[in-house]
Amino acid sequence: MTATLTKTKGKVYGIISNLVIIDADGPFAQNEICYILAGNTRLMAEVIKAEGNKAYTQVFENTRGLKTGADAEFTGHMLEATLGPGLLSGNYDGLMNNLSTMDGIFIKRGDYTPTLDETKEWYFTPIAAIGDRVAAGEWVGEVNENSIRHKIMVPFVLQGQFIIKSIVSEGSYSINKTIAILTDQSGYETQITMTQKWPVKKSLTLYKEKPRPFIMMETGVRTMDILNPMLQGGTGFIPGPFGSGKTVLQQSISRQAEADIVIVAACGERANEVVDLFTEFPELDDPWTGRKLMERTIIIANTSNMPVAAREASMYSAMTLAEYYRSMGLKVLLLADSTSRWAQALREMSNRLEELPGPDAFPMDLPSSISNFYSRAGFVYLNNDHTGSITFIGTVSPAGGNLKEPVTESTKKAARCFYALSQQRADSKRYPAIDPIDSYSKYLEYTEFQKTLSSLISPDWADKVSGIKNLLIRGKEAKEQINILGDDGVSVDFHVTFWHSEVIDAVILQQDAFDHIDSRTPLIRQKYMTDNVLKLINTPFYFESFEDVQPFFKKIIDKYKQMNYSEFESEAFNIFEEELQKITEGKKMKL
Amino acid sequence: MNTSVFQKIYTRLERITKATCVVRAQNVGYDELATVEGRIAQVVKIMGDEVTLQVFGGTEGIPTNGEVIFTGKPPTLKVGDDLAGRFFNAYGQPIDGGPEIDGEEREIGGPSVNPVKRKQPSELIATGIAGIDLNNTLVTGQKIPFFADPDQPYNQVMAMVALRAKADKIILGGMGLLNDDFLYFRNVFENAGALHRIITFVNTTQDPPVERLLIPDMVLTAAEYFAVDKQEKVLVLLTDMTLYADALSIVSNRMDQIPSKDSMPGSLYSDLARLYEKAVQFEAGGSITIVAVTTLSGGDITHAIPDNTGYITEGQLFLRRNTDIGKVIIDPFRSLSRLKNLVIGKKTRADHPQVMNAAIRLYADAINARTKQENGFDLTSYDKRTLDFSRDYAEQLLAIDVNIDPEKMLNVAWNLFSAYFSKEEVAIKKEFSDLYWPTK
Repeated sequence: MTATLTKTKGKVYGIISNLVIIDADGPFAQNEICYILAGNTRLMAEVIKAEGNKAYTQVFENTRGLKTGADAEFTGHMLEATLGPGLLSGNYDGLMNNLSTMDGIFIKRGDYTPTLDETKEWYFTPIAAIGDRVAAGEWVGEVNENSIRHKIMVPFVLQGQFIIKSIVSEGSYSINKTIAILTDQSGYETQITMTQKWPVKKSLTLYKEKPRPFIMMETGVRTMDILNPMLQGGTGFIPGPFGSGKTVLQQSISRQAEADIVIVAACGERANEVVDLFTEFPELDDPWTGRKLMERTIIIANTSNMPVAAREASMYSAMTLAEYYRSMGLKVLLLADSTSRWAQALREMSNRLEELPGPDAFPMDLPSSISNFYSRAGFVYLNNDHTGSITFIGTVSPAGGNLKEPVTESTKKAARCFYALSQQRADSKRYPAIDPIDSYSKYLEYTEFQKTLSSLISPDWADKVSGIKNLLIRGKEAKEQINILGDDGVSVDFHVTFWHSEVIDAVILQQDAFDHIDSRTPLIRQKYMTDNVLKLINTPFYFESFEDVQPFFKKIIDKYKQMNYSEFESEAFNIFEEELQKITEGKKMKL
Repeated sequence: MNTSVFQKIYTRLERITKATCVVRAQNVGYDELATVEGRIAQVVKIMGDEVTLQVFGGTEGIPTNGEVIFTGKPPTLKVGDDLAGRFFNAYGQPIDGGPEIDGEEREIGGPSVNPVKRKQPSELIATGIAGIDLNNTLVTGQKIPFFADPDQPYNQVMAMVALRAKADKIILGGMGLLNDDFLYFRNVFENAGALHRIITFVNTTQDPPVERLLIPDMVLTAAEYFAVDKQEKVLVLLTDMTLYADALSIVSNRMDQIPSKDSMPGSLYSDLARLYEKAVQFEAGGSITIVAVTTLSGGDITHAIPDNTGYITEGQLFLRRNTDIGKVIIDPFRSLSRLKNLVIGKKTRADHPQVMNAAIRLYADAINARTKQENGFDLTSYDKRTLDFSRDYAEQLLAIDVNIDPEKMLNVAWNLFSAYFSKEEVAIKKEFSDLYWPTK
């Protein structure tokens, strides 16, 4: 480094838990990173408030034993993520330290490990040539990272147009090696490598256009794909009380979804859940490529016992990685569990700063923080006309299961899909517990999506979906009538209507996330089963009395379930289907 | 606490509140312990040269010229094999008349385990109680509370679980424990001849409430010693975490913090998670399993304490009195063990998951039938059969006095299925009903 800028220094003045106040001897910026020296350990902190020469910082570590007068040093930049090949399959904490390269069983305070392996060589193939005009975010070359072609891009922070003065030839290079030299209009030269940094709290907007999402993202979860589909570049959230299956559902999505890259941000949740991913993802196959799931996955683990301030950062780190891979023209799925813990981290800090609180003691700007974050997702046309997307699904853990609390309400305004997990469904073990009536996907109203849906599945699909929703509502109403008037107080039709909805519930909505066949249903099978169930529902049956209805439909549901547990169109599947037909033949109303 | 010759003594207190006092001092570390007129206190805030101390035993009678001595270190516990069989107070001092522990001094509330160094829990803890082993199987490295009303026999069930679980060490942390309950635990463990593998840290209702805040960290520091250094299987019992949380809210209130839901501090989730997340399975074989008690008020689980706990722990166990059989059962609906899927059908017989779910579904149908009955409607034959099933199911499997092995539990369930239902009504995967459906 030839720069001779004198950096601002300071001394610790006050300490309240992880809020540390520093007396600074020069200028510093809001959100600037500084390091505090506790003995021989450097503790990373971020400025969150300035008052005169006092910098209020949130320390990303435990402050035990820290004393007033300890030295602090400002870095001149905000919290940054290091980007480059080697991120995939990685396990990081909220500050992008590589957890796998840390020593010891316990996380030592101030143990900061580099995000990327600086010695590993990657086989680089140039895309751009000498003399090409390029700008920030444009592709100059690529390397193979697991199964994807990882694009090496002009650093996002560079402004203006550049000419490539030189670029290395095809070959193996480590990430810090200069691979190209760019000159700007005034002839100033910039050397670029395969790695770059980006401040995580800033959104990356180097794309031409961000249209409304219009392409489906298949998850293999029937109740989502059929009733409330998620789109590439879409946003959604899953609120639910504890024990309603949020994590299991999110894990199913992370395993099965149609995405090139999956980033899981375990934000303030249980460590054992992250261990599930560490243990299972290297073993499980990606249903889309047949390679191991871990190859397409990045895990950001800032579990509930890790420092709270780093928990806040973890969400931004994860989103920055997603934006980085989207800029390569990839389909990225970002899952955050849970955004409520992130909001709580904001609350803890706001409380220590003695800010005037909003509802439930959350900071007043919580709604805008949430909507800003969700707005970083989306489907984009890059400047080179390739497309990329970030699909974001966050879970929300509403306090007391009450959906009227601030985090849920603010998220509802920011996300387009709502997957409400119902305690009642969870109690009766009807998993996934997504309430089919309360949940919604606003994307079903988008005409551009309706078009792609009808060509993807069938032209009458949208009508069928709304038909299913109606059947579920009518079934619920029929059940209420039966409960009020008694089994024999209503006509047999009410029982049939109710059992129609039970068939849909048991065969389509309920899905066994722990069964290797039932857990993932490809779209073609979803269509087959839906058509099959709708055909059954449209068949008139003859019943002697209401007592006849339940045993008949129970038998039907049993056969359908056996079908769900069998390999699609296998011998077993066909046998169960034939048995199903036999049962229905005997009951058909004679015309 | 010992004082050395070179320690500086401060004798001018700037401010005194119910739980804290402020002294002007230099070179003090955050979280450090001190004594104020001989009472133990901890540094909770430093602003310039003003140091705020939280006095655990309260500040009654402390004069403005009280003596303050800083110890230069955070709270610690001396660890060693001699801990086994001993009883301590919240500061880790023996209360059983025995000698001080001669061992390595460790800071309590130490760092977190790196998640990539954890192992996926996979070892089943058999308790013999079918309501737990069949429906809510426990696994080593798990953390799970009993959600119970104060009048329910949670301490008894917990003691039973502790003694039947094959743990190398059992560490009991009593917070606001009634002296009677403390004696109960001691008797049960003594009668079982298990005292030599039990360590107890206790703060009874007679002790100052704020002292409780040290108990879980003491317990878990001892647990980490045995699990990490000795690679033992450690079972930690914490009762009652609601009283722990109450102590947190007392402190935050006295520190003028803005309360969030139910007057609890905004950091309640992180405060509880820091403790519960000490539950872990290590690669080398040692493990820490935490079974806790969270008492409810009027069964309300939406209160901030049970609510935050539920989001942290890996499930929860509910006790309920079943009026059909007049016994306490493990409630099959609201109880949940999140880690059960790591062992059921893998460490137990393959039909376990399906049998468990089918039985609960039929039990739920019985509840609906009962509602119908209470509303005066006629019952179908199916309704009547579910009611009969539910009584037998509660008696033979859910009651807390059941003590059988997992294989037997599954056989009992199959017998009940075939006694009351057809195969279609039970709807279990054909491969299992072919194998286990009892032939008459």
